[in-house]
Amino acid sequence: MMEEIKVGLEVHVQLVTLKTKLFCSCSSDYRGKPPNVNICPVCTGLPGSMPTLNKRAVEEALKVVFMLNAQPYATSYFFRKTYFYPDLPKNFQITQYDKAGGYPLAHDGSLKLTNGKVVRIERIHLEEDPGRIYYEGSRATAKYSLIDYNRSGIALIEIVTAPDMSSAEEARDFVERLTTILSDVGINVRDYEGALRVDVNVSYAGGERVEVKNVTGAASVEKAVVYEVFRQKTMHEKGIKVVRETRAWDEKRRITIGSRGKEFEEEYRYMPEPDLPPVIITEALMQKVKDEIGGSQEERYNEIVNDGINEELAKKISSDKQLYSVYEKVKFYEPTLKQLAANVLANEISYLMKRYSVKSLPDDVSGLVEILQNYKSIPDHDTAVDYLKKWIEGEKVKVSLQVTSVNEIHDDVVKAVAENYDKIKNLEYTKKFEFLMGILIRKFGKENKKVLVEELTKVLSETP
Amino acid sequence: MNLEGYSLLSILKEIERGSINVEDVNDFYYKKSLQLNDKINAYITLLKPDDKKINGNLKGIALAIKDNISTKGIKTTCASKMLESYVPPYDATAVSKLKEQGGRILGKTNMDEFAMGSSGENSAFGPTRNPLNNDYVTGGSSSGSAAAVAANMAPISLGSDTGGSVRAPASFTGIVGFKPSYGAVSRYGLIAYANSLEVIGILGKYTKDVKFLFKLIAGRDPLDSTSLNVELNEKEQFKPKILVIKSFVELSKDEVKKEFYRSISKIDEEGFDVKFINSFSLTEYLLSAYYTIACAEASTNLSRYDGIRYGPKVESTGNWRDYITKARSFFGPEVKARIMMGTFILSAGYYETYYLRALQLRKLIRQEFEKIIKGYDALYIPTMPVLPWRIGEAIEDPKMAYASDVLTVLPNLTGSPALSLPVGRVREFFVGGQLIGLRGDDIKVLKIAEMMEEILKVKDDGRN
Repeated sequence: MMEEIKVGLEVHVQLVTLKTKLFCSCSSDYRGKPPNVNICPVCTGLPGSMPTLNKRAVEEALKVVFMLNAQPYATSYFFRKTYFYPDLPKNFQITQYDKAGGYPLAHDGSLKLTNGKVVRIERIHLEEDPGRIYYEGSRATAKYSLIDYNRSGIALIEIVTAPDMSSAEEARDFVERLTTILSDVGINVRDYEGALRVDVNVSYAGGERVEVKNVTGAASVEKAVVYEVFRQKTMHEKGIKVVRETRAWDEKRRITIGSRGKEFEEEYRYMPEPDLPPVIITEALMQKVKDEIGGSQEERYNEIVNDGINEELAKKISSDKQLYSVYEKVKFYEPTLKQLAANVLANEISYLMKRYSVKSLPDDVSGLVEILQNYKSIPDHDTAVDYLKKWIEGEKVKVSLQVTSVNEIHDDVVKAVAENYDKIKNLEYTKKFEFLMGILIRKFGKENKKVLVEELTKVLSETP
Repeated sequence: MNLEGYSLLSILKEIERGSINVEDVNDFYYKKSLQLNDKINAYITLLKPDDKKINGNLKGIALAIKDNISTKGIKTTCASKMLESYVPPYDATAVSKLKEQGGRILGKTNMDEFAMGSSGENSAFGPTRNPLNNDYVTGGSSSGSAAAVAANMAPISLGSDTGGSVRAPASFTGIVGFKPSYGAVSRYGLIAYANSLEVIGILGKYTKDVKFLFKLIAGRDPLDSTSLNVELNEKEQFKPKILVIKSFVELSKDEVKKEFYRSISKIDEEGFDVKFINSFSLTEYLLSAYYTIACAEASTNLSRYDGIRYGPKVESTGNWRDYITKARSFFGPEVKARIMMGTFILSAGYYETYYLRALQLRKLIRQEFEKIIKGYDALYIPTMPVLPWRIGEAIEDPKMAYASDVLTVLPNLTGSPALSLPVGRVREFFVGGQLIGLRGDDIKVLKIAEMMEEILKVKDDGRN
């Protein structure tokens, strides 16, 4: 008990699925852009400008809330958190607060680690990202501090855990699990540099809690905890008291650095943001968001297996939200097609998506249903893939099947042989066959190749 | 041409008839302003109107705008050294609405710095002088907007009202000042002092002018989440039911009281239904609730003025504390006092004691007001308990200026529309009477004011 390690995390996640910022309509696409191009009076905090809430941000945040089994508050509020810093143009950040009569977006969630341990999530709230300070060369030698406000006002959610992790590995696992869950709802933080930033709180052997600010990525979180435990343990052994403080993470040297003069209690002077009405979460909004996310991968997997689909296919489909969504839709249209749909989605369609770097599948699955309904009649695999590709590309698909039985073509095959008898009688069998097939395919189409081959073989064998 | 005493509506009518042209109208006010501004100090920035043709309801007439309302490309100083060279890159919504409807800008008017003050003396550009007697204050904070209209330096003007800032100077200069319902006019672009209390207002010679301009700028604005649509259609003639709170009248100086009671007998004689109640139960909390909320909001609103983006260049030793002290010294003493009060109020440990209780009080005050006004069209009380004082007189006793707000803060706490109009005369000055309605009853209040103006004929110069 004496050597107990307690780790709690505050994870900041950019809602990268949004096209605009949290409180204005500026583009949120700031990576690789020249400085200060996506800015307006609101996100640069010009006097007289006012924030207006991006409603999509609330919906995207709610997806994460549900994925982490947290409870949204029916009414939550925005607050001003005052501190002076050049990257914060108003010198206060608009965020949500759980004291002073305020409520955050959601509370009491959980996340299960790989080892089965459940980490409690205390609260999830929405807030704005500050801008970025840029020092030419290094901070010490730079002549100016340059500020880029392109990032200012980007929508963030902050996920605050209880101090439930007891090792660096668990902290790392939490961030990795969280990253996967986020990508389940389309928030692919891995694809965006700096989209997930963690403040790591560590306390050793019942000592004071030390906060390590701004750690990026799961691997660094693990390293930060390892270092901080080592540092606090060493102090503990030397009999030096660990003080409650905020430290910075030095990614290059992999150590934490104390900030000056932070012994006093931080004073943010929170007050309600008077320019923003409360955030109201209605039942209808919750249902809308739930419909959009369709549960976790685990839930999706179980759903597919319950349909009688084998585990391998279920795993493949449940791992991709798009495949799963198409599967569900096809099942809804035509339940008898679910096994075939599962096969085709897990094999042909996922192959095509990779091969042609397809980002999204069509919302309308009627073309796919048409293909699957006639799948047995499609003469060969290549033709089937051609049809599937057409559907993925959003083209209208109509499987043309003039022939359903051999009887319908029998007379035509006999006629073709009879009419061309003089031309073919001296040809080799294969040449003869090819020639006649050419005529028949022109007449009946490629999709009838299989039947034609069968019938022609039969007719030719009966022909002298 | 002499337009003294002309209403805006009659000027527009004359332009319509072709008997005068808009260039001459703008020239008259511009020349008058050039001639009088050294004495009155109504304008911080005066612009020579160009003679480009503009269509729309305002037919190209130039108006005065308070210098805390953002005007694209025109200095907007808030009468502060901190913003002495600030040029907004955007127009406030109210300004763009006026421009869209054929309005132009004659100049930006003097005011109490950041709208903090009741006398018009707290300006980095010197006090505004009362056109009725230049040794006296105009009242504030929209001092220049009132003085410009009263001295024929503008046909009409925009001001802002946080705790009486439109009505107080209107009363002291003998004109009409209208504070719309909270949210009835967009605040987007109004440089914030106390967001939850303030609104852009209108100052004019006659109520009909004010009503006309109000209809042009009112309405919900997507850029201001707190804005709303109020009823703009007028009811037919009605017999107004008026409620007078005796204790509010009794707070006033004898000369104010006498004129005010005389106005009551006149409207009573003309068929108004006037009733009295003795007191308003929460009177003693009005000023403390108001100043607590206003200072708290102000302290965060003004935290962005840190000398980095705004204000003259700061010569500093490189020490952060030294830098910030020097940068913040560009504020005047009243602004500094309110920032310090607000900072204290929001500090840990005091937030609950002061700020939360002030918010609770505001709620109770609202409920009490809604209870007593039930069955009446409007409350009728004096605007200012005193007549204008000599410039400099109140600076030795700041509580005198604060106490003069006691009758004007109620509608800001309740979000009500409120209008001050001249209802009596004392020597060279006027006594202002104030009509206060339920939030949303803006047109009703304006209509009653028009009827009273007709009855009282305080400024009957026969030319309107």
